[in-house]
Amino acid sequence: MSSEAEFGTPPGGNASGHSTRRGVRAYLIGLGLAILMTIASFWAAQTHLIYGPGISVAIVVLAIAQMGIHLVFFLHITTAPDNTNNVLALAFGILIACLVIFGSLWIMANLNRNMLPMEQVMRMQN
Amino acid sequence: MFGKLTWDAIPLDQPIPLGASALVALVMIGVLAWVFLKGYVPYLWREWITSVDHKRIGVMYCILALIMLLRGFIDALMMRSQQALAFHGPGYLPPEHYDQIFSAHGTIMIFFVAMPFVIGLMNFVIPLQLGVRDVAFPTMNSVSFWLTASGSFLVTISLVIGEFARTGWLAYPPLSELTYSPGVGVDYYLWALEISGVGTLMAGINMATTILKMRAPGLTYTRMPVFCWTSLASNLLIVAAFPILTAVLAMLLLDRYCDFHFFTNDAGGNPMMFVNLIWAWGHPEVYILILPAFGVFSEVIATFSGKPLFGYRSMIAATMAICILSFTVWLHHFFTMGAGGDVNAVFGILSMIIAIPTGVKIFNWLFTLYGGRVRYTASMCWSVGFMVTFVIGGMTGVLLAVPPADFVLHNSLFLVAHFHNVIIGGVLFGAFAGYQYWFPKAFGFTLDERLGKAAFWCWFVGFWVTFVPLYMLGLMGMTRRMQHYDRPEWYPWTLISMAGALLILCGIILQVAQLLVSIRTRDRRREPTGDPWDGRTLEWATPSPPPVFNFAVYPDVSGAEPYWGMKQKVRESLKWGDEPKYTAIEIPRNTPTGFVAGFFAAATGFALIWHIWWLVIVGLVGAYATFVVFAWRDVSEVEIPADEVARIDRANRAARGAALERQPA
Amino acid sequence: MSAADVSHAIGDSAPLGRGPEGHSHLDGDSQSTSAAGPAPRRIIVGYGFWIFLLSDIIMFSGFFATYAVLNGATNGGPGPAQLFDTTNVAIETACLLASSFACGMASLAVAERNRMWTQLSLLVTGLLGAAFLGLELKEFSGLVERGAGPTHSAFLSSFFTLVGCHGAHITAGLLWLGTMMAQFYAKGFRENIQHRFLCFSLFWHALDIIWIAIFSLVYLNGTRV
Repeated sequence: MSSEAEFGTPPGGNASGHSTRRGVRAYLIGLGLAILMTIASFWAAQTHLIYGPGISVAIVVLAIAQMGIHLVFFLHITTAPDNTNNVLALAFGILIACLVIFGSLWIMANLNRNMLPMEQVMRMQN
Repeated sequence: MFGKLTWDAIPLDQPIPLGASALVALVMIGVLAWVFLKGYVPYLWREWITSVDHKRIGVMYCILALIMLLRGFIDALMMRSQQALAFHGPGYLPPEHYDQIFSAHGTIMIFFVAMPFVIGLMNFVIPLQLGVRDVAFPTMNSVSFWLTASGSFLVTISLVIGEFARTGWLAYPPLSELTYSPGVGVDYYLWALEISGVGTLMAGINMATTILKMRAPGLTYTRMPVFCWTSLASNLLIVAAFPILTAVLAMLLLDRYCDFHFFTNDAGGNPMMFVNLIWAWGHPEVYILILPAFGVFSEVIATFSGKPLFGYRSMIAATMAICILSFTVWLHHFFTMGAGGDVNAVFGILSMIIAIPTGVKIFNWLFTLYGGRVRYTASMCWSVGFMVTFVIGGMTGVLLAVPPADFVLHNSLFLVAHFHNVIIGGVLFGAFAGYQYWFPKAFGFTLDERLGKAAFWCWFVGFWVTFVPLYMLGLMGMTRRMQHYDRPEWYPWTLISMAGALLILCGIILQVAQLLVSIRTRDRRREPTGDPWDGRTLEWATPSPPPVFNFAVYPDVSGAEPYWGMKQKVRESLKWGDEPKYTAIEIPRNTPTGFVAGFFAAATGFALIWHIWWLVIVGLVGAYATFVVFAWRDVSEVEIPADEVARIDRANRAARGAALERQPA
Repeated sequence: MSAADVSHAIGDSAPLGRGPEGHSHLDGDSQSTSAAGPAPRRIIVGYGFWIFLLSDIIMFSGFFATYAVLNGATNGGPGPAQLFDTTNVAIETACLLASSFACGMASLAVAERNRMWTQLSLLVTGLLGAAFLGLELKEFSGLVERGAGPTHSAFLSSFFTLVGCHGAHITAGLLWLGTMMAQFYAKGFRENIQHRFLCFSLFWHALDIIWIAIFSLVYLNGTRV
């Protein structure tokens, strides 16, 4: 519907506009890809074929892939111009989440390195 | 049956809290009785309590803020007087009580004065400036307000039943853990903030959606007033930051209620993680407060200089830059707590960078004033006062952003003076300017200008007299939150500071007088056209107060300054355009959902604080039932017939036409 | 003309992506959004809920950050490798993924206004979600019985809170799902109920996305070789 082109598509897609068959196909493709990535994730965690320290990276990459599949096939978030606001909001949310998580990790690691462990502090007080 | 609640919870053995409780109870019961006996209850219920109209909700938010300002300010007077008296003596407030006072002062001022004031102004103004009928989710708007009111109810009731937190307004563990704060004080704090935090988050979602998806035809992003841009940035920050607050307070609640070990001293807990997360919220919070105030000043300064705002696009860029940067500086609140030089340096530099966009804004305001025909109304006084005060406060902030300097000044009165400098000079002056500016729009008559200016001068001079001594004391080494001290060189400064606080008290009394006098003489100062200041933005196109549907037809915006362009065309042609075609308008129906949800939230919070478990379940079930009942309704709108719309609009057009004829050629 | 008139003039007569004159609206919605006034209700509701979901994701990131910081603090007790059962996690993941798919089918059924398929797919969504929840509760009670409850260490507190928060969201979602099924049954496919269902499906899919982060970063990463 062109009203969606005027105002942007809501996340989750239009109420109508695709045939049901195309809709089912999109969800099936999404499901199939997600299953593949999930199995790959579980396998990556247990295999010896990947260089040890790289396993975490593999898990993260596969997780991001799975999230992308969900966003595109289940939530219908695309890069089309009618989706701009949705993508911008998502990008903002991801940016803040990353700042919080990685910022906290960096700060707390720094603090932990520079401070006595808690048990020692408690012992000093007694 | 009643959990931990016993008659001991009422402070019968402590004279000051008892006196304060009695006063609060007297005022509350007195007001309720007066309302009931005068028969105002049906009107209040129908028109205000169950209202989903953004204008009514905005006014209620501001009323809440002003009432809590009185409460928080009394705390401030008590703190100043305690410090003025407590040289080589105990003062009159024992430490357990003094600690509650400074904690309550901070909590109330931030969460129940500044936030509601700012949200109230945004609520009232934004749909009018965007040329639309209401916010995106009107009922949720009502729920947001009543949840905030529930939070403030809990904080107020802690005075009468139980105690408040003694931990400062941010309740750091391990002090706020159960081991060191076994009473109900911290629980009151935590539940009040969790409940009102949900309300604030919902308000943020509401406003952001409204600004991004609901604007009058032709009102593109780059034609929006700057107040809408700064509000957008502020609400995006609310949406991004408040979840962090919810999470970290929930973790502290789990520590206290369920013996978890997030922030405890033992079992691997890390109290610093609380400090880290709470400031990851806390820094964006102060930008949430200041950005709408910046927006107010942009509107006020442009209007009373008779010129469009200078540098519109750089204002937008600066605002969005501040929005993003505000999430990258939070460590500067705890430079001294053990991070290494590299972390401190990065955050210190970022904290200095964030001052730059604010500087851009200040220059834009100055250039707006320059070359304009400046009218010094009361709101303009607040704006100029802001520019002086906030710049100095901001500079002390940049000074504190230098980690080595902060190591000397952290948690001293210098810090206290800095943040009061920016919050009072920025947020509060902005709120007062907005209050003066938009009051006629909300109520149809202006506030007394003379009393307004007198109040401003008392506040302005009083502020500096209060806080310059605190800067000096901080540099002399006085720590914050001291209940008593014995250094003679500090004593005269605390006295001067007390005098300043009394000057501010005069300012507040003058503001109360201004309101009462203006109401009493309102017929003399009615403004029939709805545009008392010769405004430039769309809210001045409506009558004062605007009808419930705001605009009879959506304004069609074609120029840079939507309303100003319209007005100039009318003035040149000396006639209003043809009457538009009036159609019936559907407005959202009022509902008690918000009030009832707030009631159950307050009951649940109280029950959780006192461990009255059956009441917790009742409250939660009640809240859920409220939403189901709301979701089940079939009729969600009320229709205003076309003749009614026509009647209201014709009256406004007549008034404006009359004013047009009266104006000098 | 009112905004409703304007949007009807543009909206009903043209296929997706093109305006009444046939030129495409590919210049982005920022300019065109305002050309016709406020957006239609479905878009407003969808976008508002999307922003809420992002705020929820940021709340979870607070819990994730805490887990990341505290997951080494086992207080001398068991850590992830000793406690997590990846088979159970795999079954939970399958349940939730299938549940998301069923929810997608429900979205299509709602768009078709097909009562039977709507209720059926919603029921399957709910049952799979309940299965997930049951497995998770079993896991939690098992850990508590082993003396690895949330009160024993900071790692366990942060684990139970992060995963438990997700479970609490699933529980709330199931309550909401039941209410939606009742509303569809009692009131049919009225527009505002469809909007609420749009919000529910966004919520449900987002919970699956968060679960991806949880099973990857907490369970798989914690038990990797």
